[in-house]
Amino acid sequence: MTDLLIDVNGETVLLDSCGAAFLPAQSTLVFADLHFEKGSSYARGRQYLPPYDTINTLLRMARAVARHQPARVIALGDSFHDRDAGDRMGPEERGLLDTMSRGARFTWIAGNHDPNPPDWLEGDVTDCIRVGGLVFRHEPVAAFEAGEVAGHLHPCASVSKWGRSVRRRCFVSDGLRMILPSFGAYTGGLDVGEAAIATLFAGPFHAYMLGQTRVYAIPRRIAV
Amino acid sequence: MLLLQFHDWFAARGWTARAHQLALVDHAERGESVLLVAPTGGGKTLAGFLPSLIDLAGKPKRARKRGLHTLYISPLKALAVDVARNLDAPVAEMALPVTVETRTGDTSAARRQRQRHSPPDILLTTPEQLSLLTAHPRAPQMFENLRTVVLDELHALYNSKRGDLLALGLARLSTLAPDHRRVGLSATVKDPAPLQRFLVPQPAQGEALSALVIAAGGAKPSIEISTSDSYVPWAGHLARHAMLDVMLAIQSAKTALVFVNTRSQAERTFQELWAINDNNLPIALHHGSLALEQRRKVEAAMAKGSLRAVVCTSTLDLGIDWGAVDKVICIGAPKGAARLVQRIGRANHRLDEPSTALLVPANRFEVLECNAARDAVLAGELDGERLKAGGLDVLAQHILGTACAAPFDPAALFAEVRAASPYAHLTREDFNAVVDFVATGGYALKAYDRYARLRKTEDGKLRLAHPRLAQEYRLNAGVIVEDPMVEVRLQSRGKPAGAGGRKLGELEEYFIEQLSPGDTFVFAGQVVRFEGLRETGAYVTKTNDPDAEIPSYNGGKFPLSTFLAQRVREMVSAPERWHSLPEPVQEWLKIQEWRSVIPKPGQLLVETFPRGNRQYLACYPFEGRLAHQTLGMLLTRRLERLKLHPIGFVANEYALAVWAAKDMGGADMDALFDQDMLGDDLDSWLAESNMYKRTFRNCAIIAGLIQRRFPGKEKTGRQVTFSSDLIYDVLREHEPDHVLLRATYQDAGTGLLDIARLGDMLARVKKRIVTRRLDRVSPLAVPALLEIDRQMVAGAVDEAILRDNEDSLIRDAMRVD
Repeated sequence: MTDLLIDVNGETVLLDSCGAAFLPAQSTLVFADLHFEKGSSYARGRQYLPPYDTINTLLRMARAVARHQPARVIALGDSFHDRDAGDRMGPEERGLLDTMSRGARFTWIAGNHDPNPPDWLEGDVTDCIRVGGLVFRHEPVAAFEAGEVAGHLHPCASVSKWGRSVRRRCFVSDGLRMILPSFGAYTGGLDVGEAAIATLFAGPFHAYMLGQTRVYAIPRRIAV
Repeated sequence: MLLLQFHDWFAARGWTARAHQLALVDHAERGESVLLVAPTGGGKTLAGFLPSLIDLAGKPKRARKRGLHTLYISPLKALAVDVARNLDAPVAEMALPVTVETRTGDTSAARRQRQRHSPPDILLTTPEQLSLLTAHPRAPQMFENLRTVVLDELHALYNSKRGDLLALGLARLSTLAPDHRRVGLSATVKDPAPLQRFLVPQPAQGEALSALVIAAGGAKPSIEISTSDSYVPWAGHLARHAMLDVMLAIQSAKTALVFVNTRSQAERTFQELWAINDNNLPIALHHGSLALEQRRKVEAAMAKGSLRAVVCTSTLDLGIDWGAVDKVICIGAPKGAARLVQRIGRANHRLDEPSTALLVPANRFEVLECNAARDAVLAGELDGERLKAGGLDVLAQHILGTACAAPFDPAALFAEVRAASPYAHLTREDFNAVVDFVATGGYALKAYDRYARLRKTEDGKLRLAHPRLAQEYRLNAGVIVEDPMVEVRLQSRGKPAGAGGRKLGELEEYFIEQLSPGDTFVFAGQVVRFEGLRETGAYVTKTNDPDAEIPSYNGGKFPLSTFLAQRVREMVSAPERWHSLPEPVQEWLKIQEWRSVIPKPGQLLVETFPRGNRQYLACYPFEGRLAHQTLGMLLTRRLERLKLHPIGFVANEYALAVWAAKDMGGADMDALFDQDMLGDDLDSWLAESNMYKRTFRNCAIIAGLIQRRFPGKEKTGRQVTFSSDLIYDVLREHEPDHVLLRATYQDAGTGLLDIARLGDMLARVKKRIVTRRLDRVSPLAVPALLEIDRQMVAGAVDEAILRDNEDSLIRDAMRVD
């Protein structure tokens, strides 16, 4: 695996190609928009998506945790797809989450999908947390704030060549603030060119697209 | 034996009933289902209806049982409407007590409801409407007295997903109206047996065939091949060198149809013809991306006889008769003998006069293909089709539809479905898996029982869990899944993208995504400049850039048929037959013979040679671009393992060329081309293949895993595409044997990847590979190498695209490895 280190408001951030960000100096691992139980949420509307999204998301989380051995894990909000998602999680899924939270301190930031995460959850629940030079919250605030790290927007970018285009999830950063890609298995995306993302940055920025084993830094003017 | 009334009617128009029309009346009297195979212009449709008209004429309205008497199903709704018009003449002129109506997506809701309660004697409709009708609770009343089903253009339907849907609808009708009989109408086919099976319920053991009537053939067509002895292009598909020939052919005809194979070719040909149209002949353009109103306008002008030519794609392969067409011009490769016959048949709908056609090959290989196709048509030989098994995704849709009509008994439904010929070999396990899928998603490790769509009743039947599901079923019904499309809007120059704009038509989203503002392309007969993509569509302005790109959007790309490929290979392998080819083509093959080798019948030639600083491997299976692309993907994987460092490859209809950093001439070609590549290599490639993901998306939509649209809430194509890829990845990882993945694999065998055909080819050439290590490029390899702009990258293509777009400054400064 090849990692990419970038600087966000003076803090060194490692971008993992799985879609998580790691702050080596703070031993902190960050995930955004896990959307546990999105599949079963659709099943209530009788659309039977494969019921394996939660376990898939958790297994990928566990691999990242095993790799970086963080002291702290921050989930940037919308960790649970809906109010009852915690109740629908099976014992295997909850067991995986338990194991992870024994090795690291979890901070669950509340999102618009999960303003009140389930009470069995290990760790702290908060709206916002400061670590080093960075401030972590679910939804970016429209007013410019240096050091803000947020999720919510599920950024994606596309590049094309040889008559074929590739669309991937991506980190977005201009070196002062950063948006994380969504981590949940069934989470779709919003193009970085859309106003909701593009207007967050005053100047040029990069889309850090997720490849199979590495992250690719794509300048904004190329990423669609 | 004809009723006097009918005899007189024929006589009054100076006609006599044809033998095959009378034969169909005979079979009807015996109550038998029958397939009529007849060339165009043979009075096929009237033959299909004659027995019904006779039966209805003999019984006054009051003496009849109520309900539908005859159901007519055509693949095109325009054809259903046209046939209704044609039936009006005999019905009115003989004053028959017969009502005829059509039912299509355009029929008003009020009329559709009325048709269910008080059906006409004869209803003309499409396979999609049939499934909607049978899925309605009133279906038993509507069909209880059905006597006859007429299936038009059956050859175009029986071996497709629409054919599966139709077969399942017919199986339902067999239960609702056990005594009805069926009449299939088909163009000439190589083997009528699969169509005969399609027409009758299949027994649990063995097989049943309908009766067969073959009409006398018409006059042999006259087929010319446009060739210039001085110049034949090496590659390309546009035939620009022959446009003057095409224009002369148009000038000498009353009305001509100019067929091309893709929409982009249609656009370019239209441009080229108008550039030399000094007499301002009315020449129009018709293809599937144009706005519907524009297509209707062209069709209406054609029907009035006010056009001299239409440049068109397969959209006009089937369809209503235009009496005035007296010449068919086919530009590019014919792809198959049956397709050529079908297209030639569009000229001159009169049986006793020969149709005239002009074939215009655009390059050297196409010269061979045109000659092979003409020889086959004149010899009366046609391509066979690989029979596909009934799709499990279509079955899922049908099962939900059946539940919408009434609770069903699974065992009885299984027996009913097995009577449909595409599903004659369906296993009970597969059937159960599909029922589970419909009921709760059919997942092995976790079930959605709480939210089931189907629930058990006390008597062991399955019923719909909620009436809303029937509404959703109707919105998602049908098996035609379009690529996500974007509207193209023409706006005036100087306005910001997104402001106003008239709709020109639609283009595949993936094509639009590759454009940058300022790019120019040819669309709807004009050169346009791309301004930007907005939520409401792609915005373009008029421009006159002479170097405008031809959009390489898909549509109408058929692979070369197996049968025709065989004939082309034979022609290449037989130097004694080359004399009939144009001079430059003969010379090309002779130099190939001298510099390399001409493969003998049955052999596969593999050449290796250096060029520039690259090493090449070229082979010539003639199996079509799709199969060659799949072969290219698999070969480069193996070459990678052999440490020969493949870089890229290019595939066309006839050949595949791979280039690498190292000389591939030393590789063991028998091992390289061994059939075992269809095992693990195929499997690992499928995991990331876009084509395969598209196949999955189609299956998921047809099976109802992903909904096309929710009542009252439209989902855009983009959202559907993206989420289906996510679902695919998760399902493949956690339940690789799920029924939907099996349905996808089944499709990939014959669909976008042509795996079955590749498998046949690898088996055919086993131990018959002839290799040549050359010091430079061979003549046969040139056409493929000229198409290098269509190259594919070896290995993980998507990663290569990402790498190529990367900001190298950041990468080099910040990478930690």
